[in-house]
Formats: sequence, C-alpha cells, structure tokens
Amino acid sequence: MLHIINKSPFERSSLDSCLRIAQGGALLLIEDGVYAAGKGSAAEAKIKQAMGGMKVYALGPDVAARGLADRVIDGVTLVDYAGFVDLVAENTNVQSWL
Amino acid sequence: MDEMDMEEGGAVKKFMFVNRKAPYGTIYALEGLEVVLISAAFDQDVSLAFCDDGVYELKKGQDTKGIGVKNFSPTYRALEGYDIEKLYVEKESLEARGLTEDDLLVDVQVLSSAELGAMMAEQDVVISF
Amino acid sequence: MSFEINGKVYETDEEGYLVNLSEWNEDAAKHLAVEEKIELTDQHWEVINFLREYYNDYQIAPAVRVLTKAIGKKLGPEKGNSKYLYELFPYGPAKQACKIAGLPKPTGCI
Repeated sequence: MLHIINKSPFERSSLDSCLRIAQGGALLLIEDGVYAAGKGSAAEAKIKQAMGGMKVYALGPDVAARGLADRVIDGVTLVDYAGFVDLVAENTNVQSWL
Repeated sequence: MDEMDMEEGGAVKKFMFVNRKAPYGTIYALEGLEVVLISAAFDQDVSLAFCDDGVYELKKGQDTKGIGVKNFSPTYRALEGYDIEKLYVEKESLEARGLTEDDLLVDVQVLSSAELGAMMAEQDVVISF
Repeated sequence: MSFEINGKVYETDEEGYLVNLSEWNEDAAKHLAVEEKIELTDQHWEVINFLREYYNDYQIAPAVRVLTKAIGKKLGPEKGNSKYLYELFPYGPAKQACKIAGLPKPTGCI
C-alpha cells in the first residue's frame, strides 16, 4: 500500500497518524509533506523510524521548490512525476492522508 | 525629498505581519508578502515576524521550475528597498526545522519565543498570515 | 487582447500589460511604447532595462518610490527623482515604464 502525505509535519498530524496506523508499504511525501524529509528537523527521527518498516519517497520537484534539495535525509528516495505514477501503479491501493 | 513623501500629521502605527505558513502549500505566504509590499506605501512602522512553517518562506535555494509555480522568495530581498528592515525570526521554529540563520536568504534578527512575544505585544496592529 | 508584430502574436491583459513576461523583446517594447504615445530614447531604455533587471532580481515590479530611489543609487541623483522619471513617462513611471518593459503592474500601484 502507498501512503501519501501532503501536509507539513509541523502543522498537521497527518504524518503522525499515518506512521501510527500504516503497516508497512511505501510512504510518499509530496507538497508541504516533503518538509518531513529535511535533515536535522524534528521530523527526522520519525522518518528514520518509519524507514525500518516502509520504503520512503519524496517528490523531487516539491523538494527543490522548497529549497531542500541539498538536505534530504539519507535513505529517502527522490522520485519525479513519472516515478509518482509508477508508485501508484505498483501498489495495490493508495491512501492519501489529507 | 520629493512629492512622494506623505503629508505631515498622519499617525504612524506599529504594524507587525506574522508569517506562519510554508511558501507553496497554500496561498497565505504570497498573499501576506503582497500585503506587506502594499503597506510600505503608507509609511508606517512595519515589521515582519516569521515563526512555525513561516520560516520556510526565507529558506535559501528554492527552485520552483519543477512545480510550475512562481518562486517568490527573491522578493523578500527587495523588502530592504521598501524600507522594511525589521525581520524577526523565532529561534525555536528554526531549530525545530533543523535550520540556522545561514539557511535564510535575507538578514534577520533571530529572537526567542519570549522576545518575539514581547515584540508582538508592543504593536498597534498585528496581522497574521 | 493581443497585438501582432512580424507574425508573432503577443497576448495582453485588459490594461495592455503583456500576459507572458518571457515573450518580451525590443519589438514588443516599441509597440507598447507607441500605444503609450512615447517615443523611446536612450534615457527611456535605461529605465526599461533597469526595470527588467530589477524584476529579474526580485520577481516584482517596484513601487514608484522604490524605483526612484533605486535609479538614483544606480544612475545618479539627477535621474533618481520623480521629475526626471515623469518627464520620460508622463502617466507614471511605474505604470508606463513597467508596461513597456513587459513587467506586471507594480504591486500596490493605485
């Protein structure tokens, strides 16, 4: 299952809820959700913990737009829009944590 | 200096614009910036505060080509030319996001939450975005 | 709205500002100047080029007060004053010069 987060982890609880409930699968950070992939932030520990059970991705264009291109947490895989589509196609279902 | 100077007599008030939103996820940051630019025409005592995700508005190295949205971060560097030089950033918000003053694209004054709160209390008008 | 030069169509908004900033070129500027009834001289071009540079740096069209001050800094006080700029662009340096330079209408331009 693919879990998609599009809200900043500092403003909404969607990342926390997702990580509490999700049982494995893949996590894709998009839009303001990519702030969770920033090195050194308070969300870093959560993402690192999540990587124990899930594969974590972030949408490259959203990362670059927010000036985070050079500080993505190691182990987070950047994907482009085509990669986004691939993730949706590869997974049997998708949950967008709006 | 020239005829653009405001006439005497208008009371100058202390305005603080509080920016709390990340730049592209919502329209708040851009709208807030436009209001600040417009407010500069009224010769008031304007300051800007950045806290919570608002500190991301000032992050260096934003490149929005891939998302088809205008990168308005360079506009913060124009504020000085508009005589808006009081930019305050909350230290706690920077730290929670793993950022330091060096990550920001303009010169700012970093304040603790308490210092920012005190600054806020001194204002005549506080407008939040 | 739109205008056409040498077979190329330029789209404009209801006030005559170029819709697509990247389409701007000297031909478009000359056409826009004619619409504003302005004969472009080197002095005009100096301001137009300054505005293009300002926009490139800051992604906004400056307010007239800011433009005046910035021009003074760059081109000298004899050019950084309203009188000089209004002589070049009688209906407002920000409005007219920005339009000819292919910039959007300045934020806060009333």
